[in-house]
Amino acid sequence: MSRIGRNALAIGLATGAYGVSFGVLSVESGLSLLQTVAMSLLVFTGATQFSVVATIAAGGGLPTALGNGLLLAARNTAYGFAMAPFLRGSLVRRLVGSQIVIDESTAMARSQDDARSARRALLLTGASVYVFWNAGTLLGALAGDAIGDPAAFGLDAMFPAAFLALLAPQLRQPGAPRAAVAGALIAALLVPFTPAGVPILAAALGVLAARP
Amino acid sequence: MTWAALLVLAGCAYAMKAAGPLLLGDRELPPRWNRVLGLVAVPLFGALILVQTITDGNHYVIDSRLAGVAVAAFAVWRRAPFVAVVVAAAATAAGVHALSG
Repeated sequence: MSRIGRNALAIGLATGAYGVSFGVLSVESGLSLLQTVAMSLLVFTGATQFSVVATIAAGGGLPTALGNGLLLAARNTAYGFAMAPFLRGSLVRRLVGSQIVIDESTAMARSQDDARSARRALLLTGASVYVFWNAGTLLGALAGDAIGDPAAFGLDAMFPAAFLALLAPQLRQPGAPRAAVAGALIAALLVPFTPAGVPILAAALGVLAARP
Repeated sequence: MTWAALLVLAGCAYAMKAAGPLLLGDRELPPRWNRVLGLVAVPLFGALILVQTITDGNHYVIDSRLAGVAVAAFAVWRRAPFVAVVVAAAATAAGVHALSG
């Protein structure tokens, strides 16, 4: 298996484990099996899905759940623009490709050295995460609470570690280290005061520090 | 959750993802624009790493994740392959999690 394929598989397996957690929480929060599975297939952006079912479970209304969830999804807009150069082609290809524009696929694509590898990394990572996230969701929704805590397996550290590994090669671009630090600082300042999702979204302004 | 709310959520989430690919399309962009597009995700990843390592909701939390990410940083610096980096981070965090119970 190619290096990109292996990396895509690894990150897919890790998201699959979280997909199981999502399936369990979603059914516990009162969504039906069909709604749970449909949400992973159609919404397909993990942090948003966890937030929506957690808000519902906590007794928050639907407008609150949707508002909080979409704040977390909003960063995908920035990723969409970052991925647009690798999602060219027919309208159908762009429409289908857009569904897999998320944290993991964007990070994997942007860590590649050339456009061809970036496109391959975007598609393979997106497809791998899509398959495992949805398989995990179904498994969790069917199995109920019989599954352990992802933190016990260190999976909660796996994602920031993966993003660190994928950010490192991007720091060779002029201005990129400044942009990365600025983004982290913006998020650090906002975390105590804003709803989840806002710190990462606002961090996009860190791109100005790079003076591109 | 109602089906209508679920479909609204899915539609909005999809529109956010698709805005870039649909608006930019097959257009060739000026080099400056390509530089901006190449950098726009960088500060988001910087933020994502910070948020996922030392925060939980609106709070700062130091736990097993930080140990895992510290080991990952060392592995990245030593140019370890991606899979080795994430496995080392997970193993470290799982170990610390078990010890700190």
